[in-house]
Amino acid sequence: MLEIRNLHASIAGKEILNGVDLTIRDGEIHALMGTNGAGKSTLSNVIVGHPAYEVTQGTITFNGQDLLAMKTEERATAGIFMSFQQPIEIPGVSMQQFMRAAVNARRKALGKEELKATDFLKMMRERRKLVEIDSKLVNRSVNEGFSGGEKKRNEIFQMAMLEPTFCILDETDSGLDVDALRIVAEGFNRLRTDETSALVITHYQRLLDYIHPDFVHVLLDGRIVKSGGPELAQEIEDRGFDWIKEKQ
Amino acid sequence: MNSAQQYIDLYASQRDLICHHSAPVMNAVRDAAMEQFQQRGFPSLKEERYRYTDVTKAFAPDYGVNLNRVQVPINPREVFRCDVPNLSTHLAYVVNDQPLFERDIPYVSSLRQACIDHPELVVKYYNKAATGLALLNTALAQDGLFVYVPKNQHMERPLQVLNLLRSGVDMMVNRRVLIVLEEGADATLLLCDHAMDRVLFLTTQVIEVFCADRSRLDLYELEETHTRCRRFSNLHVHVGSDCVVSHNSITLYNGLTRNTTDVVLDGERSEITLNGCVVADKRQHVDNNTLVDHRAPSCTSRQLYKYVVDEEAVGAFAGKMLVRKDAQKTDSKETNANLCAATTARIYTQPMLEIYADDVQCSHGSTVGVLDEQALFYMQQRGISADEARLLLKFAFVGQVIDSIRLEPLRERLHYLVEKRFRGELNKCTGCALCK
Amino acid sequence: MSDNENPKPKHQRENEQPSNEFVRRVAEEKYKFGFTTDVHTEVIERGLNEDVVRLISQKKGEPQWLLDFRLEAFRYWQSQQQPSWGHLRLPDIDYQDISYYADPTVKKKEGPKTLDDIDPEVMKTFDKLGIPLEERLALSGTAVDAVMDSVSVKTTFKQRLSEQGIIFCSISEAVREHPELVHQYLGSVVPYRDNYFAALNSAVFSDGSFVYIPKNTRCPMELSTYFRINARNTGQFERTLIVCDEGSYVSYLEGCTAPMRDENQLHAAIVEIVVLDNAEVKYSTVQNWYPGDSEGRGGVLNLVTKRGHLRGVNSKLSWTQVETGSAVTWKYPSCVLSGDGSQAEFYSVAVTNNHQQADTGTKMIHLGRNTRSTIISKGISAGKSENSYRGLVRVGKHADGARNYSSCDSLLFGNQCGAHTFPYMDVQNSTAVVEHEATTSKINEDQLLYCNQRGISTEDAIGLIVNGYAKDVINKLPMEFAVEAQKLLQVSLEGTVG
Repeated sequence: MLEIRNLHASIAGKEILNGVDLTIRDGEIHALMGTNGAGKSTLSNVIVGHPAYEVTQGTITFNGQDLLAMKTEERATAGIFMSFQQPIEIPGVSMQQFMRAAVNARRKALGKEELKATDFLKMMRERRKLVEIDSKLVNRSVNEGFSGGEKKRNEIFQMAMLEPTFCILDETDSGLDVDALRIVAEGFNRLRTDETSALVITHYQRLLDYIHPDFVHVLLDGRIVKSGGPELAQEIEDRGFDWIKEKQ
Repeated sequence: MNSAQQYIDLYASQRDLICHHSAPVMNAVRDAAMEQFQQRGFPSLKEERYRYTDVTKAFAPDYGVNLNRVQVPINPREVFRCDVPNLSTHLAYVVNDQPLFERDIPYVSSLRQACIDHPELVVKYYNKAATGLALLNTALAQDGLFVYVPKNQHMERPLQVLNLLRSGVDMMVNRRVLIVLEEGADATLLLCDHAMDRVLFLTTQVIEVFCADRSRLDLYELEETHTRCRRFSNLHVHVGSDCVVSHNSITLYNGLTRNTTDVVLDGERSEITLNGCVVADKRQHVDNNTLVDHRAPSCTSRQLYKYVVDEEAVGAFAGKMLVRKDAQKTDSKETNANLCAATTARIYTQPMLEIYADDVQCSHGSTVGVLDEQALFYMQQRGISADEARLLLKFAFVGQVIDSIRLEPLRERLHYLVEKRFRGELNKCTGCALCK
Repeated sequence: MSDNENPKPKHQRENEQPSNEFVRRVAEEKYKFGFTTDVHTEVIERGLNEDVVRLISQKKGEPQWLLDFRLEAFRYWQSQQQPSWGHLRLPDIDYQDISYYADPTVKKKEGPKTLDDIDPEVMKTFDKLGIPLEERLALSGTAVDAVMDSVSVKTTFKQRLSEQGIIFCSISEAVREHPELVHQYLGSVVPYRDNYFAALNSAVFSDGSFVYIPKNTRCPMELSTYFRINARNTGQFERTLIVCDEGSYVSYLEGCTAPMRDENQLHAAIVEIVVLDNAEVKYSTVQNWYPGDSEGRGGVLNLVTKRGHLRGVNSKLSWTQVETGSAVTWKYPSCVLSGDGSQAEFYSVAVTNNHQQADTGTKMIHLGRNTRSTIISKGISAGKSENSYRGLVRVGKHADGARNYSSCDSLLFGNQCGAHTFPYMDVQNSTAVVEHEATTSKINEDQLLYCNQRGISTEDAIGLIVNGYAKDVINKLPMEFAVEAQKLLQVSLEGTVG
């Protein structure tokens, strides 16, 4: 599904990633761990096409397509979804308006017709229940005045609406209490199919108790320095990152 | 170059004709108005309130004036059927500057008719606040609308006035509206400007509003004309005590527009809201200039003007809040927010406070900004194209003004029109003969 | 018992008595710099014509180019009208009834060379003002150019500064000693055609300071000019020129006082600042010209043009002003941000009381890319005064990424005064972000009550609250000035709330 080869990327002239290699096949869940500043968020931002990051070397292919040649919105309609670490508030743009534009853009990319207004509202209602999100939130402006937990839940709700094939959960667990974390993680689990792949970025084992990764990678100084199975995450939880650093 | 001269000459040579097709009350104040105009001429760019609009230039071309009041041969209902769905209104037409009623409408008549029906009211209120450009209108206007709601009466259905500009040659139009609300009266008015022909139109408009104690007025103005229209509107609102008055001015499509809004808060505890929404591109020029004069204590004023200015358009806003010595407990707030969408576009903003009372809460804020890059990225990550995302954000930006409109059907209609405007689909509305 | 029978009226009387007394005392004593100096002063005849311009130039032994500059400015001035756009009632100024040159150091032909040459009365004047001219007594770390009427009396620490290549001297001396620098920069930031008072100043400017900081030099001490008007019926027209070369830094302070006189005194100065690549200039003013008496008689008419040109990339300029004096203030310290990445600041506190009028603010003209400016203005009006903020923020077509933030607050004491805000914004660039906000309020009575309850007198409480209100600006001043400014604010407002 996603293939990253020798990826180098920088922001404002400063190199953050220097040679990331990562292959994610259909249906696989990969966890990406690492200390602050290791480049985790840079990697996710580069995958979704954040304009501030410059790719200086390397390739990313998504289902055989050259991802780096695609615009942000083309990557999204191709099925890449990112749950943001800090979802932005957009005052004045209603969730309905916003989701309708997004859902129809995705449908268009899949060669489907635009949803009729009534069908769209029905879909909103159904998906809302999946992530236990209040109808009041859905009637407000995008993320405006939402609490931290509500914002994260709203991200998963949007995932439910857009039915992506590849999801990035960028520190979805940060700022969530245990209950909120469970609801968000269970929502994600309910939504994923056998084909859905994901890249789960996190500091802690906590989230991985709910979302079980097939592979765990450690990112350090802009490169993946260690990969392993789920047991690696547990080892990091117990021993921290320093032992990996020392090995370098 | 003094373009005032041609108007002075026009008046000198056509005075009798102008008066012949008008009413004595209107004629009675013409000479004095013309004399004042002659002394002052057009306000120059050096005048503080006219820094951003070149009046002389707009008035320089040779426009035709229909002084003989020749009927424009149209049936307005046939050429123009745009209205607001689900909003039941009484409809009046003003073709160029001639009022046209298909049937009697409560509380509304032509000014000429009003001079017969209520001469004492017209004498009392007509031309009481005319200054500057309004003087020229007073000298040349031959008819207009008169809205009169007597004590404690309510206008059941809003009055919608379609101002239609229709001419085969370049044309000057002098419109006049006098609105008198007695104590406790209530009225809602919607004035829509449309231009039906691609000639050069110059409109001067004076709206005088007198709100007696405890009256309520909602006044909406919508301009949807074209790039060859110049509009100079002077709105004077005199507010008594315990009134609630709102004015919304929406400019979606125009050539050059200058709206001057002067409000005098003369009674205690009144509330005035002035809102404006401007969408301008090509070489549109929109200049809103407001003065809210707090003369009495405990009044509230709110102003919110939002502009999206693109391509080579110019957006200007200057608003002054004047709080006089006796206007203690004034609560006054003014906000002007702008999006400058192109480096060829230009925004001037000048919010002003002039305050002589100490127990007041006054503030203004003014911003010129860019679309939120993070919001754009977020939307794009959800698959929304960059163009669509920009459009949604622009729409949300001005939406705040439209959300404040009290009439729900109108609010929805305006949301629809603004969205169409941003999508470049305006003038393609269904039901209008021109667009078919 | 009988004493307590009627406690209320007595209590009231007690309250009234001191407050009236206080107001009287403040009115009489407040301006502590109002003394005059009895010194032999050569004053040229009143009136202004080309001969006067030539005479001033001749007295200063100026080169031909400077005389030509003065004459051109004079001719331009004659063709212009006094501006009337300010929110001010300017008294009629009879430009022919003012003397344009007054020299208190005339005894010595060449101007004072050593302290011994200076009239002891002049020395005493500056001592009294707290500006000792003997270097051993001087405020630590501050070099002073002391200007009285039309002439620079003494510049301290000149020698020590020159060791680093820093030039700090009177502008008259700079014309003689460094004509090439003066010629290059004089009038390059404020051309004489800029405005009516700039033209007047360019024609008749007498003295002022000149500063040149060579490349990559951090000026080791604060430079300061102290302006004193003394002679009667004279105008002061000083001219300051500061050039900060690449990679350098200087902090400059300006202080001003004048004697109490019943008639208005005209002060029309120009300050020009040139900031080159990566250089930084801080310019601070504590303006305490005589404000006139409580009836509005007399006082200085302070009509000043101050402007900095941020020519270099990443150059910085900061204006800080505390304006408590003058009958009329008309002053807009401005910045032209031409250099890419340049940054400008304007921090101002303006206090007006009695019949004072102030129309002050700034202009930020963004021309270069990624330029930033900040405007913080605090107006305080009391008595029957008028206090206006007037500011322009312009973003030119090519100023991509320009940012401006302006905040203007006004505080009113009583409803005899006025507080006004007139900001102008003109934006021609789609990447610019310009934000302006302004509020007007009166002093918070809850805060006053809170202070009173803690035993703080109303006067002191006002001082505290006002200083808190002005803190953002005061904090920008160098330490010694900040202390002075705080005292000044309090004194200026004493007696405003009873």
